[in-house]
Amino acid sequence: MAEELLTIEHLTKQYGENVILDDVSLTVHKGEVIVVVGSSGCGKSTLLRCINALESIQGGEICLRGEKIEQEGKNITVLRQKIGMVFQCYELFPHLTVLNNILLAPVKVQKRREEEVKAEAFELLKRVGLEDKANSYPRQLSGGQKQRIAIVRALCMHPEILLFDEVTAALDPEMVREVLDVILELAEQGRTMIIVTHEMQFAKAVADRIIFIDDGKIIENSKPEQFFSHPETERAKQFLNMFEYKRK
Amino acid sequence: MPLYQKAAILTIRLGILGIVFSILIGLICSFALYYQIPIVKRIVAIYIEISRNTPLLVQLFFIYYGLPKIGIPTNAEICGIAGLSFLGGSYMSEAFRSGLEAVDKVQLESAQSLGMNRFQTMRYVILPQAVSISIPAFMANVIFLLKETSVFSAVSLMDLMFTTKDLIGLYYKTTESLFLLVVFYLIILLPISIFGSLLERRVRYAGFGD
Ligand SMILES: Nc1ncnc2c1ncn2[C@@H]1O[C@H](COP(=O)(O)OP(=O)(O)OP(=O)(O)O)[C@@H](O)[C@H]1O
Ligand SMILES: [Mg+2]
Repeated sequence: MAEELLTIEHLTKQYGENVILDDVSLTVHKGEVIVVVGSSGCGKSTLLRCINALESIQGGEICLRGEKIEQEGKNITVLRQKIGMVFQCYELFPHLTVLNNILLAPVKVQKRREEEVKAEAFELLKRVGLEDKANSYPRQLSGGQKQRIAIVRALCMHPEILLFDEVTAALDPEMVREVLDVILELAEQGRTMIIVTHEMQFAKAVADRIIFIDDGKIIENSKPEQFFSHPETERAKQFLNMFEYKRK
Repeated sequence: MPLYQKAAILTIRLGILGIVFSILIGLICSFALYYQIPIVKRIVAIYIEISRNTPLLVQLFFIYYGLPKIGIPTNAEICGIAGLSFLGGSYMSEAFRSGLEAVDKVQLESAQSLGMNRFQTMRYVILPQAVSISIPAFMANVIFLLKETSVFSAVSLMDLMFTTKDLIGLYYKTTESLFLLVVFYLIILLPISIFGSLLERRVRYAGFGD
């Protein structure tokens, strides 16, 4: 087995009295693609946000290569550079062009040479078919284009792991495909990713492992073939049935 | 006429200085409120209430007659600038604060997720958006503050208002003097107002990329 990249141990997340994540443990190996599924409100987004320390945690530990990820930790900005995240709602910076959106963090945060990052940015833009949009502003782009740019922006930071939170949920159906294709290509390159999605066909195609969360707990953690054909728990069966449209 | 010119220059000079200090005070106060710095944010809140709910004239008298009593010497000009800044600071603070708060929270989070620290997030992501959102309120404040300079005459600064009253007293040419007064204020304020609407159109939030 490849080396352990991200380890989550006994993670607990609460909002006040409300327990959102309850004793969640998960190990992600280098090169692995984990797809997280579960019904709405079960805590999928919260899990990703905890990994990026956008939320405080009430118990347990999250480590990237053994380094603890803590909201107030002093190396948190360094750790976050190694964790790329793309959100559900388009979160490009509206006051910057596409190119400057991509360049901002590598140049200002990582202090890399602008020329070098620019070359890389164009390379990646070409790969997602958007090199002609480099000087556009986000509001001039479609949702699918914005999400592909957001992915490029995350990639340009050379992250060790990528987190995707329902990046296609707000898209029109015909744009979903173009974004999923990009993510699938990343999987084929051997990137380590945690993907939250409601696209079950895509999950089946891209995942090395499926994590099923119900009510803040991981109740299944299995290979996709296994999960989709023989789910172990009753909850997972019910969940999968929702995606079937059969006549009764 | 030359008297008016001199007075207009004084009005502009004090106005600009007052506005510059207002901006500085406003930025500091709005950051204190935005970052919820304990204690400081309380003090700022109290300052804003006092500053917004008392007339500039009263604030000026306080500074002009009050400060020397507790041993701080003032002159009329410094007093005028201080008064204007005291008033303007709170208005600017409210303008900037509402701009800062109007920036979507997800902007902050995506900046953080790119590894930016607090300063970088503010400098490159939040502030540019906040500034363009607050431009209309900011320009309104600039004009408001320049108009408020008319009460400087009360602490015997030779501003436009003072000069006019003086001339009326001397020559009894009330209509002409008042007419000139209006004209000079317009000469100062109209260009700013026009510049303001141009600026607004250029940087309007939704307008990036037009
Ligand atoms: N800031 C908050 N304060 C209080 N409760 C919250 C907050 N954010 C999320 N929650 C609660 O946490 C639970 C999990 O939310 P989360 O967004 O992680 O769900 P999700 O699995 O991503 O759902 P979806 O599929 O709809 O995106 C929800 O019940 C939600 O009400
Ligand atoms: Mg979610």
